[in-house]
Formats: sequence, C-alpha cells, structure tokens
Amino acid sequence: MTQKKDDDLDYETTGHEWDGIREYNKPLPRWWLWTFYATIIWGIAYTIAYPAWPMISSATPGLLGYSTRTELSQEVAAVEDRNAAINQRLVETDLNAVADDPELQSYAVNAGDAVFMTFCAQCHGSGAAGAKGYPNLLDNDWLWGGDMEAIHTTVRHGIRNETDPDARYSQMPAFGADGILTEAQIDQVVNHVMSLSGTPRDAEAAEQGAQVFADNCAACHGEDGTGDRSQGAPNLADAIWLYGGDYETLHATVSNARFGVMPSWEGRLSDAQIRAVTAYVHQLGGGEAPVEQD
Amino acid sequence: MSNYLKLVVLGLITLFAMIAANYARDLAYQVHALIVMLVAGGLFLWTLRNTDEPAPRQEAGLTYMDGVIRYGVTATAFWGVVGFLVGVVIAFQLAFPELNFAALEGYGNFGRLRPLHTSAVIFAFGGNALIATSFYVVQRTSAARLWGGNLAWFVFWGYQLFIVLAATGYLLGGTQSKEYAEPEWYVDLWLTLVWVAYLAVFLGTIVKRKEPHIYVANWFYLAFIVTIAMLHIVNNLSIPVSIFGSKSVQVFSGVQDAMVQWWYGHNAVGFFLTAGFLGMMYYFVPKQAGRPVYSYKLSIIHFWALIFLYIWAGPHHLHYTALPDWASTLGMVFSVILWMPSWGGMINGLMTLSGAWDKLRTDPVIRMMVISIGFYGMSTFEGPMMSIRAVNSLSHYTDWTIGHVHSGALGWNGMITFGALYFLVPKLWNRERLYSLSLVSWHFWLATIGIVLYAASMWVTGIMEGLMWREVDANGFLVNSFADTVAAKFPMYVVRGLGGVMFLAGALIMCYNLWMTVRRSPAVEAGQAAAHATPAE
Repeated sequence: MTQKKDDDLDYETTGHEWDGIREYNKPLPRWWLWTFYATIIWGIAYTIAYPAWPMISSATPGLLGYSTRTELSQEVAAVEDRNAAINQRLVETDLNAVADDPELQSYAVNAGDAVFMTFCAQCHGSGAAGAKGYPNLLDNDWLWGGDMEAIHTTVRHGIRNETDPDARYSQMPAFGADGILTEAQIDQVVNHVMSLSGTPRDAEAAEQGAQVFADNCAACHGEDGTGDRSQGAPNLADAIWLYGGDYETLHATVSNARFGVMPSWEGRLSDAQIRAVTAYVHQLGGGEAPVEQD
Repeated sequence: MSNYLKLVVLGLITLFAMIAANYARDLAYQVHALIVMLVAGGLFLWTLRNTDEPAPRQEAGLTYMDGVIRYGVTATAFWGVVGFLVGVVIAFQLAFPELNFAALEGYGNFGRLRPLHTSAVIFAFGGNALIATSFYVVQRTSAARLWGGNLAWFVFWGYQLFIVLAATGYLLGGTQSKEYAEPEWYVDLWLTLVWVAYLAVFLGTIVKRKEPHIYVANWFYLAFIVTIAMLHIVNNLSIPVSIFGSKSVQVFSGVQDAMVQWWYGHNAVGFFLTAGFLGMMYYFVPKQAGRPVYSYKLSIIHFWALIFLYIWAGPHHLHYTALPDWASTLGMVFSVILWMPSWGGMINGLMTLSGAWDKLRTDPVIRMMVISIGFYGMSTFEGPMMSIRAVNSLSHYTDWTIGHVHSGALGWNGMITFGALYFLVPKLWNRERLYSLSLVSWHFWLATIGIVLYAASMWVTGIMEGLMWREVDANGFLVNSFADTVAAKFPMYVVRGLGGVMFLAGALIMCYNLWMTVRRSPAVEAGQAAAHATPAE
C-alpha cells in the first residue's frame, strides 16, 4: 500500500503488488456501467420480441412473429406479385411476337439480363462473349440455331446433359483415340480443315485430306464444311472457333472429340425467366429471324 | 533411469513412423510420418548420447526459467515474418490471379496458401507470443520458477512440431476443411497432448506461487488455456478413415457441424486472440508505463462478463443460413452485450496511462501498446455492430469481414505483441536498452499506416460489394453480376496488398532491431542482472 510521489492521491491501491505492478481501487466508470446495463436490458427485450429461447420441442417464437424465412418469402412474393401480370403476358405471347410489343420486349430484355448475370455469365462471360469451349453469344455464328425458337429450346433443355431427355444431343467420334483414322490421316484432315478458312500448315497434306474429310466428316459438317445446325455440327469454314483453329487444337479435337455440355434450365428457371433470357440473348447482336416453315 | 524409458518410447515412435510412412495412403501423411520419424529418431540418438553422462549441475531453484522464453521470443518473430509474408503473397494473388503460377498448382495456389497464412499468423505467431509471454508473466507475478522442469521445453518444441505438421499438411492437401481448425486428426491429437502439458506447467506455477493473490493477467491466460483446450477437442471430434491416412470424417454433420465450427471459430477469436492477449496487455502496459492498473474492480467485472458472454456469440457467423432463427438471435444479443465487457479491457489499458501520457512522445514502445489498445477498442465495437442481423445482411461474405479481422489481428494482436517483444528482448538477454528507438518509431509508423490502408480498403470494397450484390432495378432484377463486383474491387485489392507490404517491412525492421539489441547493446552489469524469484514487497 505504498504511495508513490506521482500517484493519484484520491484513490488507494488495493495493496497487492506483483513484480512492481499495483492496482488502483477505482470504481467502475459510470458511463461504462450504464451502457452495459442498457445493452443487457435491450438484450432481454429483444429476446422477448424475436425467436430466442430454446424450449423442449421448439424455441420461443417472439412477440413480433418474426422469421427470416417469412421475411425472405414476403420480399420475393412482393416482387413476383408486381411482375405477375407482365410475366403472364410474356408466357402467353408467341416468342416471335415479343419484339413487336415494346413494353414487353423492354421488360424481357431487362429480366433476361438479370437471369443471364446470375446463371449464364459463369460460362458465357458477363459480357456474353464466351470463352474457350463456351460459345460467344454476341456474333451470328450459331451451333444449334439463332432464332427465338432455337435459342429457347437450347436454354430450356440444354445440351448433352444427362438430366433432360429433350436435351440437344450429338457426339463427334474420337477419330484418333478410337482408332478410326491413322495419325497420317488426322494430319491430312486437320490441314484440310485449316484450308477451309485460311492457310493450312502443309498444303499437300490439305489436298490429301479432302478425301478423308469427305469420307469421315462431311456427313455432319457438310461437304463444304459449313456445318449442320440440326445436329449442332459447327461451321468449319467461317474462321470462328469454339476451341481454337490452330493445328495443335484441331489435332486434339479430331483425335479426342469434344463434348460441350450445357445444363437444362427448365424447372430451375420459370417459363417467364427462360423466355426473358431467350429474348435477351437474341437481341445481343446475332439473333436471327424465324425460319420459314414449309 | 528415466532416460531408458525415454529411449524405449522414442524408439517405438520411430519404428511406428517408419511403418506408417511405408503404408501411407496419401502424400501429406507420408511426409508427416517421415518428419515424425526424423524428430523421434534424432531425439533417440540425442538421449542415447546423454545417457549415463554426469548430470549437469542443476540451476539454483530460485532463478526464473528464461531459456525457453528466449526461444519463444525468437520463434514469435520468425513465424510472424513468415505469416505476414504469406499474407502479402496471397493478397497479391487475389489482385493479380496470374500469381497462382501453373507450376505451383496444387501447392502454391491461393487455396493452399490461405490456411497457411491464417494458421501461421494466429497459431504460430500469436500462439508462440502467448506461450512465451505467459511463461514470462506467470513466473514474475507468481515469484516462482516454472513448474515441471523440462516440461516447458516439451511445450515449446512440441508446439513447433505442431506448426510444422500443420503447415506442411496444408501445402500437401492434408486438411479437414474447417476454418482455423484445418489440421487433420493426428495433428489435433498431438496438439492436445502439448496443450495439456502447457496447462500443467502454467497451473503448476500458479499453485506454487509465493504471492498471496493471482494477478489479473494470469486469470486471462488461464481462461485462454482452459477454453482453447475445450474448443479444440470438441470441434475436432472426428473418426480417421485409416490409421495410415490423413483423411478423417467429422462426428457432427450439417448445421450442427457448422454451429460447432463457429462456436469454435468465434471463441478462437475470443479466447486466443482476446483473452490471451489481454493477459499480455495487463502485464506489459503497466510495466512499461510504470503506473498502477487503473481499476481492480473493473478488471474483475469485465473478466467474468467477457468469459461468460463470449462463449455464446458464435451463431452470429451463421445469420441467414440453415441455422434456426432462435440460435441466430441469441448469438446476436450476446454479441451486443459483449461490447462493454470488451471495452473494460480497453479502459483499464488506456487509463493506466493517466498521469503518464507524456511518455507517448518519448517512448515508441508505449505508443505501440496504446495504438494496439485503440485498435482493440475499435474492432470490439465493430464486431458487435456487424453481428446485428440487419448490418450482417450487408456485411456477410464481403471483404468488410476480412478488414474487421485484420484491424483486430494486425492492430491489436500484432502491435501488443511487438510491444511485448520490445519489452522482453533487452530483459531476457540482459541488455540495458533496445538497440534503436528510432527504428521502433519507423516500425510503428509503417505498421500503423499499413493497417490503415488495409482496413480502409477493405471497408470500401466490403460495403461496395455488399451494396452491389443487393442492388436491384425497378422490376426487382439484379443489376450486377458477381464478376462485376470482383472487377470493381481490383484497385482496393492493390491498396490492401501495399498495406501488407508496409506491415511486413515494419516487422523486418523489428527483427533487425531486436537482433542488434542482442548483439550490440551494452550488457546490464553483473549483479543487477540475476533474475531471482523474490516476492514483491
């Protein structure tokens, strides 16, 4: 209890000392104590108002009847109610007629933009420019068709997935891995494919590859290599490549084939959302007019 | 005689480790078995060479056991630099993803380095600081030598082995994927053993103390040691898939597992990073300031309130998840009530300086301690605020959380540890003073500006991305994609990385200063130097 010369003389120390450390016997700061009390009282009140104390089979529900699930479903329901009428109109309007209704088209494109950013941008990019293996949706080069109906089917059922029996499906043979073509033939046909839209690595091989192409590739990709949308066979003559048009990449494609998959969105997105994202993708730049039915 | 027993045990461990390395089912386990084999085998040879040699003269029973603390101080500084360095690397990996080099994929990418950073900083840097300072403080404030003889050395080296096993495990993929509790089952078992030894040494020393009362710093240290033991054991309850493999399966599943994990995770913050470091604060601040502690009564009330309340606050990490609303409410309410008990420590620390405020101008070590208490007060206000459900709905999953953690970890834990190291090194190596106070000032300013850059940039990105995620247009549609928020954060990520570089630079200056203190500073004259355990009057 020794006082030192610069000690606060209004207060005693407790008289304990450890390694030269002493302690004042000062009271609790008032503001500290009252704030502490206030938080405790607030805490008790809050647990009465909101679900809080666990009982035997369930917890106290709270006087306000609050629940995070209710809060969320109310917020979602409010938006859905507000959009219910126009969503109904979107579902009932013929896909090709959406663009004729400026209000509906504007709504569909905005809604489709939000759907695209949440569900599609991961693969196709937030600007829809695609990436290696994921098609660019801004251009007019379509694998399975670029009119409203074709895009709608693709979004709704997806491509080569195992969950939707209506998914678009086709499969290129692995010409090298399955031993259908020899290494020399693969080299020739790759050179030939390169010659369709540019310069082959080896002009002589490219000429020889024409026969290999006609025998093995033309059935799907067409005799002139312009592809076939009914089976998703890419156009090989337009210099637009999904995986790459250099020799090495094409060699890998011919040898091992490709098998790009897109999920089915039916059931995960509402009909209105699928139609909205269809309208959004269609107006990005490459959308095509409906094909005349014979 | 005891050496023969040791030889048998070490021999058996070495043999088992050889067998385990041979039958290992995965790389992490195999490397760990080899490490254990080398350590146990080396200890076997070392013990063998010393067996039946004349025993060295025992140190006089009255002196303090400071050798292990000198090692602890060195380890703290070393692991601190390692942890900060890895932190700087991963901060730049986030800003520039190209730094996840393809050649290092699976070892040096962000996913593997991130737990290395958190564990290195919390457990290696913070843990060594806590063990070393608690050994120092408990001896001085109990006027007793550490209990258990060489057990304290076992604690030190056992803990280093734990760190090495944990760190190599992360890089090789040996993780149970629980945040801050990543090490796999056998590493957990080893830490349990080391921790029980730590508790025994600490408690044994308190039991044989020569002072009539237990000093407040020791209450906090003891609460930290006991609670961490409980948290560690419950959160790591798991069943190994094979005794020869690192993989294990958690006992709890689903939301129960999440709740246990965040009960652990939050109290790792509460008892490791708060209670333990408050123990440090309660010794080093009054010692360095030369003033009595502000209020004994406040220390009692805020200690018990803090200990009681912290343990319930975990559910605030799981707002708006599968966790039932009632648990989330309780987590939030206890977190808010925790505000004042946390601030009790800040008041007691800051007000201890009343009458000695002038030392802030002359003593950069005190300045370091004061700013650490300031950051402590700031983050223990920010924490309760972020636990409020409405605030959390904005802040959760954003960088705001990262900024909050770092203002606590860099500002509070880092700065108080630096202050303690500057206090301890001259004392432990019998030096009159530090090599250079102006280098301490450099460290202080680099670290402080670094933290401010870090925290401010994370507030900006955190609130920005929280607002961007929830932004909807008039029809209720989302305006931004996730990638838009990532792109928007880029400049702030660079600022954060620069803040980390400054903090690391400060720590390197500290290491140089401490090294030169040991090498160059004049020694305290013999006679005054002896650290005798004599009770204070």
